[in-house]
Amino acid sequence: MKPAPFEYHAPRSVEEAVAVLAEVGHDGKVLAGGQSLIPILNMRLASPGHLIDINHVTGLDDIEITSDSVRVGALVRHSGLERSDSTHAALPLLRQAVVNVAHPAIRNRGTTVGSIAHADAAGEMPAVLALCDGTVEVVGPHGIREVGWQHFFLGALETVLAPDELAVATRFNRMPPGTGTAFAESARRSGDYALAGVAVRVTVSDGVVSAAAASFVSVTDVPSVLDLTPALGGRELADAGFGSALDQAAEAVREHVAPETDIHASADYRRMLVAELTRRALPIAISRSNAAFVHESAVATVSSRTNAAFEGLGGGRR
Amino acid sequence: MSTRLFGAPIKRKEDPRLVTGGGRYLDDLGHGALAAAFVRSPHAHARVVDIDADDAFELDGVLGIYAHDDLPGKVGEPLPLLIPHPALTHGRTGYALARDEVNHVGEPVVMVVATDRYVAEDACQRIRVRYEPLPVVVGIETARDGAARVHSDVPGNVAAHLTQVVGDVDAALASAPHTLTLELDIERSASTPLEGRGVYARWDDERDELRMYSSTQTSTGVRAAVAAKLDLPLAKVECIAPDVGGGFGVKIMHPWPEEVLVPWAARRLGHPVKWTEDRREHFVAAAHERGQLHTVTVGFDDDGHLLGLDVKFWHDNGAYTPYGIIVPIITSTQLLGPYKPGAYRVKFWSLYTNTVLVTPYRGAGRPQGCFAMERTMDAIADRLGLDRAEVRARNFILPSEMPYDHGLLFQDGRPLRYDSGDFPATLSKLKALVGWDDFATERAAATAQGRKIGLGIGCYVEGTGVGPYEGSHVQVETSGRVNVSIGLTSQGQGHETVFAQIVADELGVRMEDVFVTTGDTRKMGYAVGTFASRAAVMSGSAVALAARQVRAKALRIAADALEVSADDLEIVDGTVQVKGAPSASMTLGTVSVLSNPLRYAFDEAAQAATQFAGTFDPDRPPVAAGDEPGLEGKDFYSPTQATFANGMHAAIVETDPVTAEIRILRYCVVHDCGPMINPLIVEGQVHGGVAQGVGGALYERMVYDESGQLLNASFMDFLMPYASEVPTIETDHLETPSPLNPLGIKGAGEAGCIPVSAVIASAIEDAEGFAITRMPISPSELWGLRRRYAAGEITPLRRASPRSEPADRAEEPTP
Ligand SMILES: Cc1cc2nc3c(=O)[nH]c(=O)nc-3n(C[C@H](O)[C@H](O)[C@H](O)COP(=O)(O)OP(=O)(O)OC[C@H]3O[C@@H](n4cnc5c(N)ncnc54)[C@H](O)[C@@H]3O)c2cc1C
Repeated sequence: MKPAPFEYHAPRSVEEAVAVLAEVGHDGKVLAGGQSLIPILNMRLASPGHLIDINHVTGLDDIEITSDSVRVGALVRHSGLERSDSTHAALPLLRQAVVNVAHPAIRNRGTTVGSIAHADAAGEMPAVLALCDGTVEVVGPHGIREVGWQHFFLGALETVLAPDELAVATRFNRMPPGTGTAFAESARRSGDYALAGVAVRVTVSDGVVSAAAASFVSVTDVPSVLDLTPALGGRELADAGFGSALDQAAEAVREHVAPETDIHASADYRRMLVAELTRRALPIAISRSNAAFVHESAVATVSSRTNAAFEGLGGGRR
Repeated sequence: MSTRLFGAPIKRKEDPRLVTGGGRYLDDLGHGALAAAFVRSPHAHARVVDIDADDAFELDGVLGIYAHDDLPGKVGEPLPLLIPHPALTHGRTGYALARDEVNHVGEPVVMVVATDRYVAEDACQRIRVRYEPLPVVVGIETARDGAARVHSDVPGNVAAHLTQVVGDVDAALASAPHTLTLELDIERSASTPLEGRGVYARWDDERDELRMYSSTQTSTGVRAAVAAKLDLPLAKVECIAPDVGGGFGVKIMHPWPEEVLVPWAARRLGHPVKWTEDRREHFVAAAHERGQLHTVTVGFDDDGHLLGLDVKFWHDNGAYTPYGIIVPIITSTQLLGPYKPGAYRVKFWSLYTNTVLVTPYRGAGRPQGCFAMERTMDAIADRLGLDRAEVRARNFILPSEMPYDHGLLFQDGRPLRYDSGDFPATLSKLKALVGWDDFATERAAATAQGRKIGLGIGCYVEGTGVGPYEGSHVQVETSGRVNVSIGLTSQGQGHETVFAQIVADELGVRMEDVFVTTGDTRKMGYAVGTFASRAAVMSGSAVALAARQVRAKALRIAADALEVSADDLEIVDGTVQVKGAPSASMTLGTVSVLSNPLRYAFDEAAQAATQFAGTFDPDRPPVAAGDEPGLEGKDFYSPTQATFANGMHAAIVETDPVTAEIRILRYCVVHDCGPMINPLIVEGQVHGGVAQGVGGALYERMVYDESGQLLNASFMDFLMPYASEVPTIETDHLETPSPLNPLGIKGAGEAGCIPVSAVIASAIEDAEGFAITRMPISPSELWGLRRRYAAGEITPLRRASPRSEPADRAEEPTP
């Protein structure tokens, strides 16, 4: 398991990186945290002639928080995002989700932007980008462009990024006031890619749900957002029929997703699982909606345990 | 007297070295060596038509490319069949490099040697092998069906068929008040040590000698096999097992093709060569285990006593049978566990498939047998409406019945005769530990919260410490340092610690003065290997015997020098002293000086042993007839039979009512391996074993598709449990000594993993209310079973069914 020979480039600036990318074209690959790319190279599933290591490029490792959004630079590691308290205060969904990405050692190297550029259908962060209605900032030989998430993902492991383009940041939009979020997934082992996962957001005004949506991990080939407002909108939380509203939401999820069977689980199982995860995540999001941006509990900082699929639910049991 | 070290939970001597990066594993050696890499078959079954390596030869740094045609003499002949057996009528082994047929994906076809592994792999990629695909046999059913053959000259794919019978099973079943038949299925898993295999070889041209290192469980075995293959005198081959990062069985298999080819190439090229297995290679080119299908028919009376047991099973032995039929033999005998089966008949068929070969993996056939027996016990209890622990207890062999001879032949060709154990005591400890009798209350509380929990149990007996023998050499240097050599190897079990404990006690020296060397044929040429939970029993006994020799000799020499009777002496902390008058004493180092009459004094201490130093008896030779110079001893231990350890596990498992996710809430182990040399190490062994058992129960399987491709040949998709998946393990011990060896000990290495699949199946079944007959089980599969259960396709357990009826006589298959 040794990679085929390649030429190594270590540009110091975005301009330099893009220049090299333009020069080598399809024969080049960007190396960020290497947590997906290096195994691919070692197994010779890909053998690019040039590796453009962006780890020495300056100015890519910032998290910028504005009143509207959280902008994450291309060299921010998953763990950097996870540990940033100000980021968590601005957009709790990021930490709620990113702790489910692999294990600490991998989060210490892997980048959130790399994860989005890699566009694995089983990745958590593409789904989060979608639910936050986010964008990807792309620099190419002709300058900078900002691509909305709907246009960024083309298929599993496929994006609109051209060979001469570098993703320099992603922008996650913050949630409107009164919005709570939650993330739930189930993996075979803690830290594995999820069999199914869901990110949800619910906006509550005056005790009534005004908007709700979900996006998914491992059950759609590209990120997609399902509007759950038809199921939950106008429902009062105190409503005795809220349970049936949750059932309706779960049913909508079941119909929306298109999971596949693999050696770890059947498609039917994943469909059931993601619907159930949604059902369990929604009340958590709602419970966070009022104090969503102030009193976030420690829930999201705990990494998962044996089959600890449900933050705050399953995770609380032994 | 110094405190006894035997039995003390001493921290492992080797750990500071191993956990601070001081270990020297195979790949840490031979940095200047050339690297070998292999072109391996991408087909499960094919004829090799043509090999074109022209492009590869053009690469800079390629020194050799070899196919079967290039292998001279015995190197090109089939690899040895290590353990022949009369029932193995169609044993087949592969070649070091495939000759004209490949029989599994991963079989080596071409070897490349290059300046480094990168170049070697580049070259492999440039080699084009043309294959003509043949029909592929994957899975026990396909093999049993026999329409396609793995080896054209092996009809029905049957490598071996063996039957063992005790009593009249047909009559027993015919007259039994109740009978049940169970169909059971255990899938493949594998040892998957974190360090894969590896070989490093150096040829010494001046001396015509081979020095090789292998990440092996048997350096003496590898040495003998390589000497035979390369036609070298044994005296010209040394084999050393360096630090080995886990074995779990796969490294007792030998010689691997690479173990023959790397030394051969090193000699041919006149340059050291090294091969370090990578993870993908380990999955497709080492060995797997476990895959078996069982059909069990049992007859029993109203009280649940076994009257007759009729077991048929089919064992997937993979493409070749170099390790014989040890695994199914163990299954067929150890299946019986702690029970008296009544009449017993077991028949197995060992079948070829176009998959990686099957050799023992920790547990070695026992987990499958235990699964069959324990599922049967649960089924009997359910049929009769009896407590599951009670049914087991009613069938136990009692302490008063020891030694108990089953009338069968065990894996060592000797009688299956249990030497010791107190099964009722073990069971009562387990019931207390897990709270067996309070579980109903616990379940009621969980049910009230909408949770599903279940309790499971499994019992096993493990024949450990099989022969033929092991030896030890113990030597005291003039500094007082004690060197201990054993021939069997260590893969991280703590041998440097436990054998030092034994020697420290036997000899009366301090732990820190004892240094243990394992698996080095230069130090101990006669040895068998590390497998079958035999290291403590075999080498431990040999070490004790050798140390006793040294002690006797030390006392004799000191008695002479101190002019007292040896009976009046004791050895405390490395000093021989007169009991009650410790001022009359000499250190063992000084005794060592005196033991070796010298002409030349190399240091001050040595002067005492020179010719003008003392008042020697001029009429006696310096070394008496029958004596030897040096304070050292060597002895061997060779038992008449294996010693039988046992244990019982229980678990409480929770299944999510909606998602069918499975969580082990508690895992309890009661274990009896006789007196424990070091309880800390025994617990570690049990923990590791349970972790592997949990892997086999809930996570690990080898997923072959119909064309024989292994779909999950990486740690991404082969789900070895992480620490986060392994439950907290609660343990208790019983120590019934074995009468068979000088220390009374029994093996502990494999115990932890044997019953885990049985226990978890028992607990899931208890939570769900329907039978679990296949392991491992995933949430997706459990959920699938629930749907079939809900659709009425699976019958409920009687205890879960409100319509439960009293037992009747009819033969009713369980689902
Ligand atoms: C054992 C293991 C478990 C894992 N589990 C999970 C998991 O559960 N969930 C999950 O989401 N991920 C998981 N990962 C993947 C991990 O999150 C990766 O870090 C991530 O997918 C890619 O980020 P990276 O920085 O490592 O990118 P790299 O591996 O360096 O690159 C990945 C791909 O993206 C491209 N790329 C990277 N950065 C850029 C950029 N700025 N511009 C353009 N292209 C770019 C590369 O060219 C390459 O094609 C796991 C990885 C491992 C090894």
